[in-house]
Amino acid sequence: MVAHAETAHTNRHPLIAFASRWLFTTNHKEIGSLYLWLSLTLFFIAGGMAMVIRLELFEPGIQFVEPEFYNQVLTLHGLIMVFGAVMPAFVGLANWLIPMMIGAPDMALPRMNNFSFWILPFAFTMLLSSLFMEGGAPNFGWTFYAPLSTTYGPPSTDFFILGVHLMGISSIMGAINIIVTIVNLRAPGMTYMRMPMFVWTWFITAFLLIMVMPVLAGVVTMMLTDRHFGTSFFEASGGGDPVMFQHIFWFFGHPEVYIMILPGFGIASQIIPTFSRKKLFGYSSMVWASASIAFLSFIVWGHHMFTTGMPVATELFFMFATMLIAVPTGVKVFNWVATMWRGSITFETPMLFSIGFVMMFTIGGFSGLMLALVPADFQYHDTFFVVAHFHYVLYPGAIFGTMAAVYYWLPKWCGHMYDERLGKIHFWTATFAVNLTFFPMHFTGLAGMPRRIPDYSLQFADFNMVSSVGAGLLGLTQVLFLYIVIKTIRGGVKATDQVWEGAVGLEWTIPSPAPHHTFETPPEIVEGRAY
Amino acid sequence: MSARIQQIHHMGLWVCIVVGVIVFGAMFYTMFAHRRSRHPVPATFSHSTLVEIVWTTIPVLILVGMAIPAAIALREIENNEDSDITVVITASQWKWHYRYLETDISYYSNIATPDEQIYNLEPKDEHYLLDADNPLVLPTNKKIRFLVTSDDVIHSWWVPDFAVKQDAIPGFINEAWAIVPTPGTYRGQCTELCGQGHGFMPIVVEVRPEAEFDQWIEDQRIAAELAGGAAVAARAKTWTMDELMPIGQETFLKHCATCHERDGMGQGTKYPALSGSAIATGEMADHLERVMNGVADTEMQAWAPQLSDLEIAAVITYERNSWANSTGDIIQPITVYKAR
Repeated sequence: MVAHAETAHTNRHPLIAFASRWLFTTNHKEIGSLYLWLSLTLFFIAGGMAMVIRLELFEPGIQFVEPEFYNQVLTLHGLIMVFGAVMPAFVGLANWLIPMMIGAPDMALPRMNNFSFWILPFAFTMLLSSLFMEGGAPNFGWTFYAPLSTTYGPPSTDFFILGVHLMGISSIMGAINIIVTIVNLRAPGMTYMRMPMFVWTWFITAFLLIMVMPVLAGVVTMMLTDRHFGTSFFEASGGGDPVMFQHIFWFFGHPEVYIMILPGFGIASQIIPTFSRKKLFGYSSMVWASASIAFLSFIVWGHHMFTTGMPVATELFFMFATMLIAVPTGVKVFNWVATMWRGSITFETPMLFSIGFVMMFTIGGFSGLMLALVPADFQYHDTFFVVAHFHYVLYPGAIFGTMAAVYYWLPKWCGHMYDERLGKIHFWTATFAVNLTFFPMHFTGLAGMPRRIPDYSLQFADFNMVSSVGAGLLGLTQVLFLYIVIKTIRGGVKATDQVWEGAVGLEWTIPSPAPHHTFETPPEIVEGRAY
Repeated sequence: MSARIQQIHHMGLWVCIVVGVIVFGAMFYTMFAHRRSRHPVPATFSHSTLVEIVWTTIPVLILVGMAIPAAIALREIENNEDSDITVVITASQWKWHYRYLETDISYYSNIATPDEQIYNLEPKDEHYLLDADNPLVLPTNKKIRFLVTSDDVIHSWWVPDFAVKQDAIPGFINEAWAIVPTPGTYRGQCTELCGQGHGFMPIVVEVRPEAEFDQWIEDQRIAAELAGGAAVAARAKTWTMDELMPIGQETFLKHCATCHERDGMGQGTKYPALSGSAIATGEMADHLERVMNGVADTEMQAWAPQLSDLEIAAVITYERNSWANSTGDIIQPITVYKAR
C-alpha cells in the first residue's frame, strides 16, 4: 500500500515509524485495512474455536474437552464471530469504500475513526484473556441469559461486560462517523437516490447500530450492578425478572442480526449488476426493502422467546410481524434474479460468491420463515435446526458477502489482480464445505438434538460426523483465502483503473491501487446513477 | 397436538420447497441462458412496476395462508383448561423434580447413564444420555397439565413426542399440557443452556394405561410410607464405617461427582477439590453445614431437602475417608436429623 509521506523525512527507527503510522493514522483507507486485518485475525481465532466444538461433537462421548470448557469455547466462538469477525469486517469495508463511492476525501470524523478502531484490539484482548483466568472464560453462550450469567457467572464475566462496553462504544462511534460522512460529504449531484446500494445499506445499518448498541450497553450494565451492587434487575428472589433480560437482550439482538446482513445485501447489489453487465433491477424498491427490513427488525424480537411462556396475543403479534419480513426480503432476492435476467453474465470469483450468497442466504431465510410459525417453533426452538438456520444466514450471508467484497475490491485496494483459478477453487470448496457442515444440522435438529450440548445420544451420531468433516474442510478453505489475499497484496497482474469492465461507480474512476488521498476536489455527478 | 404441529411443519416445509424450486430454477435458468457466451448483449431494462407489485403481493397471500392455520393451532396449544392431572416440574442444576399436585407424590429424576459410558470406558447403550433413574409416570388419554419452574437458572423441559417445550424460569410458573393416547416410553432433553450439565439432563416419561397408573400411584404412596419407616430405623441405628462407605460412594457418584469429580480433585476454583480440602478434613460441623445448606448463588446446592439422613451421613463419611482424606470420622444419621 501507499507509503505515508509525512514520516519519510524523520529519522525515527523504522519500527517506531511503522507503529506510529498505524497507531496514529486518520486515513480512511488505512483504518479500513486495520479493521479488515483485525477481523480476519479474529475470524481465524473464533474459527479455531469452532474446530474445537466440532472435534468434540465428532463422536458421542466426551473425548477432547470437558463440558465446562466446551461451554466457554462455545460462548467465545459466538461472541468473537459476531463482534470481532463480522462487524469489524463490514466497518472496514465501509471505511475503504464509502468515501470513494460518494466522492469524499475521507471520513467526516477521522480522529474518531482512529479511536473507534483502536479500542477494539483492547476489547478483544480483554475478552480473550478471560480464558486464562481463574474460573475460566464466560460460559453462558453469546446470548448470556440471566441468571446463568449474573448470579452463576464466573468472575471473568466482568471482563466480558467491560469488553462488550468497549465494542459498543467503538460501534457507536463508527456508526456516527458513517452517518455524518454520508449526510455531509456526498459529492455535488450525488443525491440520496443516486447513492450506490452499498452506501445505502450501510446508512441504514448505521442507524440500527446507534439505536441498539446503547440497549446492549444498558443490559450489560444492569448485569454488572446485579453482580456487584446489590440490584435485582434479573434476580427473581429479589423481585427481579429473568425474562426481562431476554426482552432487553433481543431488542438489541434482533436488529443486530440485520446489522450483520444488510451490508452484505449492499455488496451483492454492487457485484451482481457488474458481472451481469446490466443495471440493478428496481433500485428504489431495493432501498425501500432495506429500510422496511430495518424497521421490522425492531418489532420481532419476541420470536426468540416463544417458549418463555408468552401470552397468546403476544405470540401471535410476533409471529405475524416476523412473517412479514419475508416480503421485503423476497423483493430483494427477486430483484437480484431480475438483475441477472437477460444480462450477459460472467462468473468471476466475486460473482460466484455473490450468487452463493443469494442462494444459501435464501435457504436460511426459508428456515427462518418456518421458525416464525409459533407452533412449529416450539419444536425447533433451541435445537440444531436453529443452529443450521442462523449459520446459513451468517456464513453464506455475512462471510461470503465479505469475501465477495474482498475479491471484488482487492484489485482496487492493492493494484493487483488476485489469482482467478485459486479464487474459484476457494469458492467451490467453501460452498461444498458450508453445505456439508450446516445442512445436516437441519436433520439433527428436527430429530431432536438440542443445541449447546457437548455430547449427544447415539441416533445423532452419523450426521454429526458429517458436519464435523465439513467443518474441518471449511476451516482449511479459509487458510487458502488468507494465502490468496497475501499473494495478491505482494504481487500479481497489474489491475487497470476500471478493473471490471461492467463496473459502474466513482471508485472505478480513480487509479489502482487507490492513492493515499482521493477526491480532494469533489467530482461532479451530473447524470445517471452512480451505482 | 404433536401431529397438528407436524402438519404445520410440513406446510412450512413444502411452501419453502416450492418457492425455492421456482426461485432457484429461475436463477439456474438465467445463469445458463444469459451467460455471456450465449447472450453477449445485455438487455437494458431496470425496473417494472407491475412485476414488482406482483411479487410483493403473492408472498403476502402465501404468508396469510400459512399464518391462519398456525394461529388456530396456537390458540388450541395455549388452552390449558380442564386438565385431569397436574404435574409440577421444578428444574435445577442438573436434574428434574416432579410433584403430582393432587396426590402429593414427589421425587427427583437424574440421568442414569454412567460416567464410564460418557468417558468412553464402556460401550454406550441404546438410550445413552437419555436414561433417567426415576422416570415421570403418566396415564394415557388424560389431559395432563405441566407447571414448569426452576430453582436456579433457566432450563427448558422438552419431550418432542408431546410437542411440549416450556422454559423453566426461576420466579415464573409456566404452563403446558399433553394428552398421550399411546402407552410407552418417551424421551427428551433439557433445551436451554444451564451450565456444564446441560447435555446431561434427560427427560424420560413412562405413559401407562390408567389402571396401571393408579396402581403405580398407590405403590408410590406405600413406598413413601416405607421410606419414612426406614428413615426412622436408620436414625435409631449406630452405623459403622464399613456400612456407610459404600452408601456414601454411591451417593457421591450420583450427585457430587459431576462437579467435584470421581477422584475428588474438582475442576479448578469453581468446583473445588474435596481431596485434602479444609472443609472435608476440618470441623465436622462445618462439613455438615456445607452439605446440607450449600453455598448461596453457586452450583453447590442445599442437599438437605434432596437426600435422606442416611445418604447425607454416608456421603460425608465417604468424603472424609476417601482419596487423600483419612480423618477416620464417622457421622451418624441421627446427627444429620438433629441438624435439620
